[in-house]
Amino acid sequence: MISILLRRFFLISLVALFSPVAQSELSIEITKGTEAAVPLAVVPFGYSGSTTRSPVNLSSIISADLTRSGLFKALRERDMLAKPTTANKVNFRNWQALGQDYLIVGSVNEVMGQYQIQFQMLDVFKGEGLLGYRLTVKKNELRKTAHHISDLVYEKLTGKKSDFSSRIAYITTTKAGVNKRKLYKLLIADADGFNPRAIASSWEPLMSPSWSPDGNKIVYVSFENKRSAIYIQKLSDGKRTKIASYKGINGAPSFSPDGSKLALTLSKDGSPDIFVLNLKNKQLLKLTKSYAIDTEPSWSPDGRSIVYTSNRGGKPQLYIIPSQGGRSSRLTFDGDYNARGQFSSDGKSIVMVHANRGDYRIAIMDLATHTLNVLTAGRYDESPSFSANADMVLYSSKKAGRSVLSAVSADGRMHQSFTFDSGNVREPSWSH
Amino acid sequence: MKINKLALTLIASTVVLTGCTSTDEKDASLLDTDLKAEQEALITSGLNNNAVSGEQFITQGLSQSELNANAMNGLTSLGAEFSDPANPLSKQTIYFKHDSSQVQQDFISIIAAHAQYLAANRGQRVILEGHTDELGSREYNIALGEQRAKSVFSILRSQGVTGQQVEVVSYGEEKPASEGVGEASWQLNRRVEITYQVQ
Repeated sequence: MISILLRRFFLISLVALFSPVAQSELSIEITKGTEAAVPLAVVPFGYSGSTTRSPVNLSSIISADLTRSGLFKALRERDMLAKPTTANKVNFRNWQALGQDYLIVGSVNEVMGQYQIQFQMLDVFKGEGLLGYRLTVKKNELRKTAHHISDLVYEKLTGKKSDFSSRIAYITTTKAGVNKRKLYKLLIADADGFNPRAIASSWEPLMSPSWSPDGNKIVYVSFENKRSAIYIQKLSDGKRTKIASYKGINGAPSFSPDGSKLALTLSKDGSPDIFVLNLKNKQLLKLTKSYAIDTEPSWSPDGRSIVYTSNRGGKPQLYIIPSQGGRSSRLTFDGDYNARGQFSSDGKSIVMVHANRGDYRIAIMDLATHTLNVLTAGRYDESPSFSANADMVLYSSKKAGRSVLSAVSADGRMHQSFTFDSGNVREPSWSH
Repeated sequence: MKINKLALTLIASTVVLTGCTSTDEKDASLLDTDLKAEQEALITSGLNNNAVSGEQFITQGLSQSELNANAMNGLTSLGAEFSDPANPLSKQTIYFKHDSSQVQQDFISIIAAHAQYLAANRGQRVILEGHTDELGSREYNIALGEQRAKSVFSILRSQGVTGQQVEVVSYGEEKPASEGVGEASWQLNRRVEITYQVQ
C-alpha cells in the first residue's frame, strides 16, 4: 500500500513540472447537493513560509473535490469550532458534536521555495488516524498535490479509484477580433475547470474532442479547410497527424480502450456509417452498412462492442455492434430520441442524450436491467461524458441562451454548473 | 444591450432570407486558402506554450484576412438575376422541418431554377452547405445536415446538374444563421445554403 502511494507522489512531481500557473476563468457552483453524502471536515491547512499565506489553498481544493464527487459533504469553514493543523491538537468531541464522520488536518511549510506538506485523515468516532502523509513539492505542483490528496482520501474511504487528477477537454466559441467573428477553440483543463489551456483554435468549427486512453493525445474534428477532417494531436508538443479527410463526413472519432484503433463516422460511400481504423496498419473496417444515419460510435471497456446512434428505425436510437463486425442489436426503445451513447468504465451502463418531444436530457441505462435513469432536468442537455470511475457525468446545457458545462453524479443526486467568464462552452470530454 | 441583440438577430435573419453570403464567410475562405500553410503551423500548441501565442496568431490571421477581404469584394459578382427578388435564383437558402431531410414542396421551384441555371452553365460550381438547428447531439446533426444537402443535390442532379458542379458539406449545428434559442431561430437554422463559387 505504502509503496503504491509513494510511487504516486513521485508521479506528481514529474507531471506537475509542465503545468503553468493556475488561472480562474471559470467558477463551479453546486446547484443541487445531496443529503446522503458522508459529512467530513477539511480544516484549513496551517502555513509557515516567506509569504503571508500559502499560494494555493489546499484545503479548499480538497473540500471542493470531495464535495463534487457527490459522495461527501464538506463542512463549511465558518461552521468549524476549532482549526487544528495536527492530529494531536484535535478535540474529537467538537467534531462529533458537529456530526462529522471524518476530519482532515494538515499544514504547509515553505522553505527556500520547497513546500513541505503533511496531512492526516482521522476517524472522528474512533478517534484514530486512517491516513497520513508527508511530502515535498514545488510551488507549481501545489494544486496538483491537493487533487492527489483528494484522490488518496477518496480511495481510502470508498475503495474505488478516483479521478480528481484527471483532465477535461472541451470546445469554446467566442466572438473575436474587429469583425466579432466566431472563434472556435479546443481547450483542456484540470477536472475542476482550473488551468485551462487552448491547444487549437480556428475560425472554422472544431468538434468532438476525445482523449486517448493514456491521456497523452486528443482526437478531434476540424473544419479548418472548409470540410471536415480528423486529427490526432499530441499534448506534449502540439504536433498533430491528419487521420481522415475523406469526401463527405469525417466525424465522431473515438479511441479503442487499448489506443490501437479509432472508431469514426465516414460518409465516403454514401450514407454516414461506422468504421474502425487500425492506427498501426491504417486498415479501415466498415462496421455498418445501412442507408440511414449511423454515427457517434463509442467502445465498450473490453473493446469488444461499439455503441452508436442510428436513425434506421425512423428516429435516432442506440444500437450495439461487435467491434470486429457483425449484427447490430437495438438497445433503446424508451423515448423518441436516444443518441451519443458512452459506456461506463465498468461496462455496466451507458450514458446518453435522451429526449421526449423536444426535451433533451442526460440519462443512464443499466445494461443488466435495461432501465433508464434520467439524471438532468433538460431541456437542451447534450454531449454527456463519464468520469474515469463513472461517478460523474459531465455534459453541456443551456443557461440564459449560452452553452455551459454542467456535471451530475451518476446517481443523479448532485448537480453542479461550471460558469465561464464569456462565450459558449460545450462538448466536454473527460480523460480516463 | 437587449436592443442590440435583437438588432443583430434581425440583421442575421435578413441576411439569410435574402440569401446573401456574409462577408464573414468570405474572410474565412481567405484565411483558409491563402494562409493555410501558416495556419497549419500556428493553429496548435503544445502544453508548454501559453495561450498568448495562440492569441497573437489570431490577431495576425484576422487583420490579414480583412485586408484580403477588401481586395476581394469587387470580384464576387454573379448575374443580375441573382439579386432580383422576383427571380427564384435570388433565393439560395432551402429550409427544412425539424429532424427531416425531406425537401418541402415550397422550395422545389427554387431548386429547379438553380438546376436550370447550373445545367446551362456547366462551368459554374456550387457548394451545398447543410445545416441544422441546435437540438440534439452534434455529430448526429452533422449527419442530418449532410442528408439535407444530399436531398437538394438529388433534385439538382435529376434535372441535369453534374456531380462535378456540386460539392456537399455539412456543418450540422456549428454555424447557425441565427444564434437565438427558440423555434424562431431554429427554423432559420434548419437549412441548405446554395453557395455559388467564384470562378
